[in-house]
Amino acid sequence: MSIATRIHTPPDISDARLETPRPSRHRGSRPAPAPTEGTLKVEDLAVTFRSKRKAVEAVRGISFTVEAGKTLVLLGESGSGKSVSARAVMRLYSDAVTITGRATLGGVDLFDLDERAMQSLRGRDIALVPQDASGSLDPLRRVGSQIAEVLRRHEVEHGRKAARQRAADLLAQVGIPDPARAVRSYPHELSGGMRQRALIAIAIACEPKVLVADEPTTALDVTIQAQVLELFAQLQQDLGMGLLLVTHDVGVGRQMADRVAVMYAGRLVEEGPGATVLGESAHPYTAGLLRAVPTPETPRGQLQAIPGQPPAAGEAVDTGCSFAPRCVFAVDACRTERPDLVPVGTSHWAACPVVHGRVPVEVGSPPTKAEAS
Amino acid sequence: MTTPILLAEHLSKRFDNGVLAVDDVSLTVHPGETVGIVGESGCGKSTTGKLILRLLETDSGYVAFEGKNIGTMSGQRLQEVRKQLQLVPQNPQTSLNPRLTITEAIAFNLRAHRWPKRDIGPRTASLLDRVGVPSAYAHRYPHELSGGQLQRVAIARALSTDPKLIVCDEAVSALDKSVQAQVLNLLVELQRDLGIAYLFISHDLGVVEHLSDRVVVMYLGRIVEESAAGELWQRPAHPYTEALFSSVPGPGRQRLVLTGDLPSPAHPPSGCGFRTRCPMAIGACAEARPEAVAIAGDISHQAACIRIGEGVTAATRIGAA
Repeated sequence: MSIATRIHTPPDISDARLETPRPSRHRGSRPAPAPTEGTLKVEDLAVTFRSKRKAVEAVRGISFTVEAGKTLVLLGESGSGKSVSARAVMRLYSDAVTITGRATLGGVDLFDLDERAMQSLRGRDIALVPQDASGSLDPLRRVGSQIAEVLRRHEVEHGRKAARQRAADLLAQVGIPDPARAVRSYPHELSGGMRQRALIAIAIACEPKVLVADEPTTALDVTIQAQVLELFAQLQQDLGMGLLLVTHDVGVGRQMADRVAVMYAGRLVEEGPGATVLGESAHPYTAGLLRAVPTPETPRGQLQAIPGQPPAAGEAVDTGCSFAPRCVFAVDACRTERPDLVPVGTSHWAACPVVHGRVPVEVGSPPTKAEAS
Repeated sequence: MTTPILLAEHLSKRFDNGVLAVDDVSLTVHPGETVGIVGESGCGKSTTGKLILRLLETDSGYVAFEGKNIGTMSGQRLQEVRKQLQLVPQNPQTSLNPRLTITEAIAFNLRAHRWPKRDIGPRTASLLDRVGVPSAYAHRYPHELSGGQLQRVAIARALSTDPKLIVCDEAVSALDKSVQAQVLNLLVELQRDLGIAYLFISHDLGVVEHLSDRVVVMYLGRIVEESAAGELWQRPAHPYTEALFSSVPGPGRQRLVLTGDLPSPAHPPSGCGFRTRCPMAIGACAEARPEAVAIAGDISHQAACIRIGEGVTAATRIGAA
């Protein structure tokens, strides 16, 4: 085992736990580059998991930008690669996972940093709110100490006492009643909604420039979800954070998004302003997804389902359009030629040549490199 | 009015750990109709389903299926009722035996109900066809099928004994939306063709409203509101229903965001269970358990809130505050 393997985080471990083993030992070493502003730019990201028997291409070249202080919703169904993309950007996978492309935060190339520099950025400039609140907190340590750890590690607060006080303030900020008590609580003593808030408190402890939230409300009841979504909006306003919100829920996307990027089988099929993408969708998959969700107006039994099922991660057909096997508009060309994202409206891109043969309203700079073709 | 196929009266269930999961719940299902039970986790909706199926014994009250109390039945008679009263559980990955092919899983149910042996093979095949599982999958094991296909198999298994009522406990909650819509359409189609009644338990308000003729809203073990579907979106009467529906994410809606969490069902508040989170709560709410009252003289729409007569909704109140 090389040293690199030891330092690297195993996959699927939360940001909170990630920082457990090392106190701030890097103090004398060359300071990590600090992002100058909060734009997160991802270009041509591809993620491949390899085992002895096969390689799974979970993400196959996606590009998106989270503007400083804005919200980008990464929308997709299970296996679409949305969570993998978010985690790959934060470099939460080990060396065994092949990641290509570029991710820059305020001009700092995240994939170019050595692990130690990445560790000092992670949590300070870009932080993760994982989905599973119960599995992401250390069950054996009090909530307060788990928050304080982040603060001390990033040298926001030095003293134990000051860090604890700040932890209580953070818990109050995320709307936990009686924060003084919550600081002393163990995770199991809090409800699901409160644990999710505690994770948010950990994530915002250093006032990061970008928050990556991976299905942060999926495990919560709807009334609690409403509280947490409201909290995100509030925090964003107060701290000016950018938010990369990963979700499968169209309603959550509608409520939160400045921009929406829709993923299918490891690729983006549509990207644009939230209201446009989830209102006048330009891709048959997005449109199909919207019609599949019942509204009070849908006549019973007449939901317009998308035939077939989404492919498992890495199992999609990759000649032509991955959605073609389920698409009602598909023509022969869809099965042979892979469609690129092309502009279909004001800062709105879609990867379907069949549906929008219309002239682009405005030709901006395309979000993927592939479009040069 | 037709005789109800299912009549549950005053069901209560307290678990050994002191949790009062279901507290005086009564509901009726008529032949061929869909009744939805909606509520958040811990509200007792699944426990209610289990009491109705007699997978759990009720502490008080009774369940009558086609006019006969199933709580006192045993042996052959109970078995006969169970044929008529089937379940589609939430997670087919865990509810289908991983070591049986899907054909064997359905045949197992038929054998358990002593179906004539020579009918089992053809019947299984036609059931799979009926729910849209390709015959090529018939001899595959559950792990070889997708979630949507497995849920179709679970539906085929429930259908196998020609039931009159199927309890669907979060039957589509684990599915991706694009697949969920297919399964919902299938359930509606089966109901139309076979006249099955559903008791549809889900936390997903949109799905419940879409599928149901009537909807029951539960909170902390009790029914807080009951009405025809559609009414709840437009005219929620109970402040909890109002908050629940306004919490459904989406843009630009007036939202009534509740404060706090569900109280522990082991120590529910006195009086109205919702009063600790209710923006309309007054002193009297702590005193007595509110009775269900008809809304605007319509007995098909009832809610259990003492402030209903006052004509204020939580939203208008918040607006005024």
